[in-house]
Amino acid sequence: MSGIVLKAENIHKSYGGLSVLRGISFEVKRGETKVIIGPSGTGKSTLLRCINQLSPPDKGRVWLDGVEITDPKVDINKVRSSIGMVFQDFNLFAHLPVLDNVRIGLTKVKGMEKKEATDLAMEELQRVGLRDKASSYPAELSGGQQQRVSIARALAMNPKLILFDEPTSALDPELIGEVLNVMINLAKEGMTMLVVSHEMGFARSVANEIIFMEHGVIVEEGPPQQLFSNPKHKRTGEFLHKITELYGESEK
Amino acid sequence: MPIDKLILIWQSFPSLLKGTLVTIELTAGFLSLGLILGIPLAFGEVYGNKFVSAMIISPFVKIFRAIPALVLLFLFFFGSASFGFELSAFTAAILAIGFRSSAYQSQIFRGAIQSIGVGQMMAARSIGMSKLKAVQHIILPQALRLSIPPWTNEYAGVLKDSSLAYAVGVTELMRQGRYIVARTFGNALLVYFVCAVIYFILVYSGNKFLGFLEEKYKIPGYEIKKRPRKSLERI
Amino acid sequence: MNFFELAWNILPALLKGTVVTLEITGVSISIGFILGILLALGRVYGNKFIYLLTTTYVEIIRGTPLLTQLFLLYFGLPSIGVMLSPLLAAVIGMGLNSGAYQAEYFRGAIQAVKSGQMIAARSVGMSKFKAVRYIILPQMLRIVIPSWSNELIYLVKYSSLAYMIQAPELMAEGRLIASRNFRTFEVFLVVAFIYLVIVLILSKVLDILEKQIRIPGLEMQAV
Ligand SMILES: Nc1ncnc2c1ncn2[C@@H]1O[C@H](COP(=O)(O)OP(=O)(O)OP(=O)(O)O)[C@@H](O)[C@H]1O
Ligand SMILES: [Mg+2]
Repeated sequence: MSGIVLKAENIHKSYGGLSVLRGISFEVKRGETKVIIGPSGTGKSTLLRCINQLSPPDKGRVWLDGVEITDPKVDINKVRSSIGMVFQDFNLFAHLPVLDNVRIGLTKVKGMEKKEATDLAMEELQRVGLRDKASSYPAELSGGQQQRVSIARALAMNPKLILFDEPTSALDPELIGEVLNVMINLAKEGMTMLVVSHEMGFARSVANEIIFMEHGVIVEEGPPQQLFSNPKHKRTGEFLHKITELYGESEK
Repeated sequence: MPIDKLILIWQSFPSLLKGTLVTIELTAGFLSLGLILGIPLAFGEVYGNKFVSAMIISPFVKIFRAIPALVLLFLFFFGSASFGFELSAFTAAILAIGFRSSAYQSQIFRGAIQSIGVGQMMAARSIGMSKLKAVQHIILPQALRLSIPPWTNEYAGVLKDSSLAYAVGVTELMRQGRYIVARTFGNALLVYFVCAVIYFILVYSGNKFLGFLEEKYKIPGYEIKKRPRKSLERI
Repeated sequence: MNFFELAWNILPALLKGTVVTLEITGVSISIGFILGILLALGRVYGNKFIYLLTTTYVEIIRGTPLLTQLFLLYFGLPSIGVMLSPLLAAVIGMGLNSGAYQAEYFRGAIQAVKSGQMIAARSVGMSKFKAVRYIILPQMLRIVIPSWSNELIYLVKYSSLAYMIQAPELMAEGRLIASRNFRTFEVFLVVAFIYLVIVLILSKVLDILEKQIRIPGLEMQAV
């Protein structure tokens, strides 16, 4: 298999008359972490949803491990089961205890035996440090814990790639660290990740590349060092400056 | 109470109980038909084709809610006869009030589904569930829980409406009462009072049971204000 | 005679019944309104005894069918020498019934008025009675409108039960006509249509009314 896990080519998407994505192309290599930044309303969430086809793109193609998943003939549910997604507001299944949240994809999508699924789910919970919360309900957890469960839910499916949509921006500041730590560990273990986030500390420490998007196009893309120290576009520098001020850079 | 009245009650109890049984059967029929139709109607309204929803489901719901139960009963009972397939009074009643209940229940479930939030559906789809699986494993279990309090209202409503089946000749509780009143003279107040007591017991115990279910299936920690309050409105 | 000719022919008689239907509804919603406010005040501000009394009343009425209540009044009361005319029995029965439901909406609405309002009213020197009369009730009445609109529409539909105690309203007119021409289904289709029109018009009117008298910031959610 080639080293390229995800390839997006010329993605377009509009809602009604509003054209949100206007020709986005990029690649993510195996084991790589890419961070997408950009102003609000720029289409970052839309882009992630275009990748796993929760909102199918109007135009453009997406490949996962060399297989074109925008092809109408592919079983999109099967594809989605190998692309994890972590949401800003967690979206844990409210009526299920933590263990079932992690397990349900294994049993109901992958058709795994309950016993095997349980073991695997417990392992993933261990990985995010929440094994002891297996029988709690989502509403009984803090935001940071909920987000870690949702990461475990994504991990349990053994994804080729995980999409993160601002995973820490709904969290109280003191809870951000625990989620970022889990993500940093994942990056170190070689998980392939595409992360929309404005946590620049995180981006600097683990991102292989940062993609700066504005108005539905990629303005600039490159390693963090390069974007921070000498951006090609004036807008990139301005934006980076602004969010560094806004979010600080204190996180590990 | 004079002894002869007590004897009367004692003697009429078997027939009143028989009537009560029919009342319970009617209620169970209304609720089941209403549930079986109401759930797909609700999902159709929320997730289905917009055209079908606007042209079929929505008018169905509006019409069945706007026409009085008694008129619906007459339409089904006499209508079936004029279309040449005679429904029994019991069947006509089940269909009329059952369809009507499905319109009301669809609104209960629709409200519940809509209060769940799109994030749940999106998360379910994101781990590879088909729309159907997502509905089955994620949306429906939550919607049913949220529906219990308003459903309790619906239960009491159709139980009380079962008395209208009297009008087309179903021998439910009220009609059994009527027969006793007709057989004996001057006991209407007493007999209908006993009927009222029986209805009250049925409403009360049903409410208690549903309250128990609600408690049993409560999701720990789930914010109470997210659940639709039991509406006081009658429907 | 096709259906439309039939409908046209019977319309005048049915409209006569419709007027009675609306009269029954109007009178009983009014009885229910006054009774409902008193019951609600009893449940919110009453002492233990009054609370128990009003609550019992509300629970009993809500726990039994309107039809049974009407039968008790119309067929039952003569057992103790009280004869009511069908119309009188209908409006009393429906009024007593609606009072219990309206009490619940009013109670919910009173409780939805912010508790600070009462304290503020007392702090400017109003008596409890005056505070309720001038501060709580006016706000409560606005909050209650959506539920109350529902109740009105409910009563229009359930006034059809008056037919069962021989009141000459819309249903009864329909039944009468059908007993002469034997076209029961078609007659009741017209009856159904009339109810449909009344209910749709009434909902529209109440909707507009609701918007007209809204007070900014005083939410009017159904209680
Ligand atoms: N389902 C939808 N229907 C209509 N418009 C939409 C939809 N989803 C997104 N949009 C619009 O598309 C634009 C881009 O939205 P998107 O959520 O992708 O932005 P974003 O970059 O993720 O912003 P944020 O940083 O605020 O999350 C916005 O103007 C939004 O209103
Ligand atoms: Mg976004």
